[in-house]
Amino acid sequence: MNQNIIYKIKQIGLLAFSVFIFSQMQAQTDADAIMMNKNQLCSGPAYGYSTWDHYWEGTLHRINRNIGTVTTQSVMYMAVYGITGKLNVMASAPYVWTHASAGTLHSSRGLQDIAVFVKWKPVAYSFAKNKLSVFALGGFSTPLTNYEIDYLPLTIGLGSTNLTGKAMVDFQHKRFTITASGAYVWRSNVKIDRTTYYDTRQHLTNEVEMPNAAQFQFRSGYRGRYLIAEGVVTNWTTLSGFDITRNNMPFPSNRMNMTTVGAAIKYTLKQDTHLSVMAGGNYTVTGRNVGQAGAFNIGAFYAFYVKNNGNKK
Amino acid sequence: MKRQFFFYLMLICSAAMLGSCSKNIIERTDNLPALTPSDIDINAGTWKTILLKRPDTFAVNAPALTNSPAYLAELNEIKGLQQNINSAQKSIIKYWSAGSVLRWNEIMRELVEKYNLPPYQNPDGTYPAPNANNPFAYPQFPFSNPPYAARAFAYISAAQYDALVAAWYYKKMYNRSAPYTVDSSIKALVPKTVLPAYPSEDAVVAGVTVEMMKLLFPTEIAFIQQKLEEEEEYRLISGANVRSDIVAGEALGRQVAAVFVARAKSDHAGAAGGSPQLWSSLASNISAQGQTPWISLEFPKRPPMLPLFGNVKPFLFDSLTVIALRPGPPPSTSSDDFHQENAAACAQIKNPTREQNRIVQFWADGVGTFTPSGHWNAIAADDFIKQNYSEVRWARNMALLNMGQMDAAIVCWNTKFYYFNPRPSQMIADIKTLTGVPNFPSYISGHSTFSESASTILGHIIPANASKYEAMSAEAAKSRFIAGIHTKLDCDAGLKVGKSIGDFAVYRAMTDGAE
Repeated sequence: MNQNIIYKIKQIGLLAFSVFIFSQMQAQTDADAIMMNKNQLCSGPAYGYSTWDHYWEGTLHRINRNIGTVTTQSVMYMAVYGITGKLNVMASAPYVWTHASAGTLHSSRGLQDIAVFVKWKPVAYSFAKNKLSVFALGGFSTPLTNYEIDYLPLTIGLGSTNLTGKAMVDFQHKRFTITASGAYVWRSNVKIDRTTYYDTRQHLTNEVEMPNAAQFQFRSGYRGRYLIAEGVVTNWTTLSGFDITRNNMPFPSNRMNMTTVGAAIKYTLKQDTHLSVMAGGNYTVTGRNVGQAGAFNIGAFYAFYVKNNGNKK
Repeated sequence: MKRQFFFYLMLICSAAMLGSCSKNIIERTDNLPALTPSDIDINAGTWKTILLKRPDTFAVNAPALTNSPAYLAELNEIKGLQQNINSAQKSIIKYWSAGSVLRWNEIMRELVEKYNLPPYQNPDGTYPAPNANNPFAYPQFPFSNPPYAARAFAYISAAQYDALVAAWYYKKMYNRSAPYTVDSSIKALVPKTVLPAYPSEDAVVAGVTVEMMKLLFPTEIAFIQQKLEEEEEYRLISGANVRSDIVAGEALGRQVAAVFVARAKSDHAGAAGGSPQLWSSLASNISAQGQTPWISLEFPKRPPMLPLFGNVKPFLFDSLTVIALRPGPPPSTSSDDFHQENAAACAQIKNPTREQNRIVQFWADGVGTFTPSGHWNAIAADDFIKQNYSEVRWARNMALLNMGQMDAAIVCWNTKFYYFNPRPSQMIADIKTLTGVPNFPSYISGHSTFSESASTILGHIIPANASKYEAMSAEAAKSRFIAGIHTKLDCDAGLKVGKSIGDFAVYRAMTDGAE
C-alpha cells in the first residue's frame, strides 16, 4: 500500500512541475486513482525543473532573444493522509525560482501557493480481474506570500485563489490501468501593483479578472506492486482571457492553453516499503500564450501509519 | 465521515458561487456623479489662449432666438428623443455626464496603451518603423512611446483648451440658455447650470479632439467618431443642448484643431526617428570624445527611440531655452565617480524587497501602458474629479500639465542624445532589472523629468496636494534606481530639470487669467 500512497504523491509532483510559463495549477495534485489507508501518512520532498525557449504569443510560435531560455525550478514538500480508506486529504507548497538566460530581466523567487485537496472514492466495483473506481475531488489553493504577479514570464505564480472540482474514473485490468479525469478550476480575481492596465481595453483598476479553466487528463500504463509506470496526456484550457498582442508582454489573464505528453514512474523499495522514489517528465506539444516547456521532476517519500488501526497490510 | 465530506464540498461550492459573483470589478470612474462645476467660469473667454491669436479667431454665427420657429423645432426633437430612452442611452448619459474633458482624456490614455508596442524586427535584424502615411501596415502607426505620448497628450489638451476658451467667449456673448431652462417640459437629465448652452462645450471638445486624433491615432478614426456621436446624442437626450448648439460647437472645435494640426506637422516630431547615419554618428561622436557611447541592450540591437525628439518645438518656451535647460555632463564614463554610481545600482539590485518591487511596478509605465505622462494624467484626473471644475478649467489644467509633459520629454530627450550616456546594465552586465530597460540613453531619467514637471504644476493647481505630488514624484524617480534602470545621478538630474519645466507651466498658470 505504501507504494500507492507514494505513487499518488508522485502525481502531485508531476503536475506540480509541469509546463506552464509559471506554475499555478501545479500545486494541485491528485491526478491518480490511488487511495491511502486509514491513518496512513506519506510525505516527502520533490524537485522540479522546467525550461523553454519557444513560446506562443497568442497562436504565433516564436522565440525571444531578449529572454532567451526561461527556467523555472521548485522544491516542494507534499503530504497525503488517509482519514479513511475512501477519504484522503493532501497538501503541498512549493518554493519557486525563475531565471531568464538572456536580456536584463531580474530573476524572481519565493514561496508560492499552498494547495489542499480532498479526495473521495464513493464507488469501487470489482468484477473478474477488473476493478472500476470513481472519485470526486475538491481542491483549494491560495498564495502563501504576496509575490509579484504582474511580472510575466518570470513571476513565480499567478496569484489567484483557486477552487477545483474534479471527477475521475479509474479502470484496472490485472496490472494494466486507464485513468481519466476532468476538472473545473474557478480562479479568483487578482490585484496587481499598477492602477490601470490594458488587455483588450483599458481597465481603471488594479483588479484583474482571472478566467476560469478546465483540465483534462488521461493516463495509462502498468501498476505493479513495486513499480508503476504510465504515459500521461494533460490538457489545460483557460475558458476565456485574451491573447498576448504582437511583441507585447504576457499578462496573468491571458488565455493560457496547453497540452502536454509525458511519462511518470515510481518505484517502491523492496528492502523497505516505507520508502519510494519517483520521477517524471513531460513536454508541451501545443499551447497558446505559454512557454513550450520541457519539464522533469524527482521526489522521495516516506510512508507510515500515524496510529495502528489494525487494518495495515 | 461522509457526511462531513459533503459538508465541506458544499462549503467549497457555495464559496465558489459567492466568489463568482464578486468577480465583477467596479473601476474607478465607472460610477462617477455628473459633473457639477462649483464655478461656471463665465469669464473664461478672456483667458489667455495657447495658439489662437484671439478667442474669436473663428467666427460663430449668432444662434436663433429661443422663440423662433427653428428653435422650437429643435426643442421638439429633444422632446421626441426623451419619449423613449433605452438602457444603452442611459448608460451613455451616465458615462459622458461625468465630464467631456475627463472622458476624452481616458480615451487618449487607452489609445496610448494600445499603441505603445515596440515593433518586432525584420528577418535581417533591422527594425521596421511605423509610417504615418500607411498607418495600418505593421507596425501600425503610431508607436506611442513616452515622447510620442507626451506630445499627443499636449496637443490634444492644448487644443481642447483653446477651443473651450473660444466657446466660452461665444457662450457669454450670445447667452442662449439650455433647452431645459427655455422649456420646462424638457427634462434635465444632467445637473442644471446657468452656463449658456451655445455653442455646446461637449461638442467643442468632441470636435477638436476627433480632429486631433485623426492625426495622432489615424487607425482609430472610426472608434473616435463613434465616441463623438455618442457624446452628442447624450447632450440632446439629456436636454442640455439643442442640435444647433452641437453643430456650432463641433464646427468650432474642428476649426481650432486645424491650427494645432498645422503646428504639429511642422514641429519637427516627424523627423525625430533619425536615420541609420544619424544613429551611428551619435555613437561615433561620443567615442571621439573618449566616452563610452550608449548601445542598445536589445537583441537584435534596436535603433534608439526618437533620437531627434529633443529638437521638437516646445510649448512653454523656445528652442534656445531647451538648450539652456539641458544640464551639464554626467561624470566621464571612465571616471571613478561614474563607476561608483553604477556600482551603487548594482548593489541595490541584488536583493530587492517586495515593497521595492511594488514601487517599481507601480511606476514602470513601460510597454503596453499609458507611459509616465499618461500615468500623471490619470493621477491628475482622479484628483480633478473631486474639484468640480468647469469643463474649460479641466481643459486648462490638463493643458498646463501636458504642455509640461511634452516639454519635459523634449528637454530630457535633448539631454539624453546630447550625452548618449550608457545605462547601468550596459556598464555592469550583472545588473538585472526589475522591469524592461528602455531603449535610449540613460542620462537624464525620463521618469524623473516627467514626474517632477507634473508634480510641480499639479501642486500649484491643487496646493493642498502639493506634498503628496512631491512624494509621488520622488518615489517615481527612486523607482528607476531600485529597478536597476538608472543611477541616482540620472534621477536627481531629471528631477531638477523637471522642476524647471514645471515652473514654466506654473508661470503660465499665474498669468493666463484663470487664477
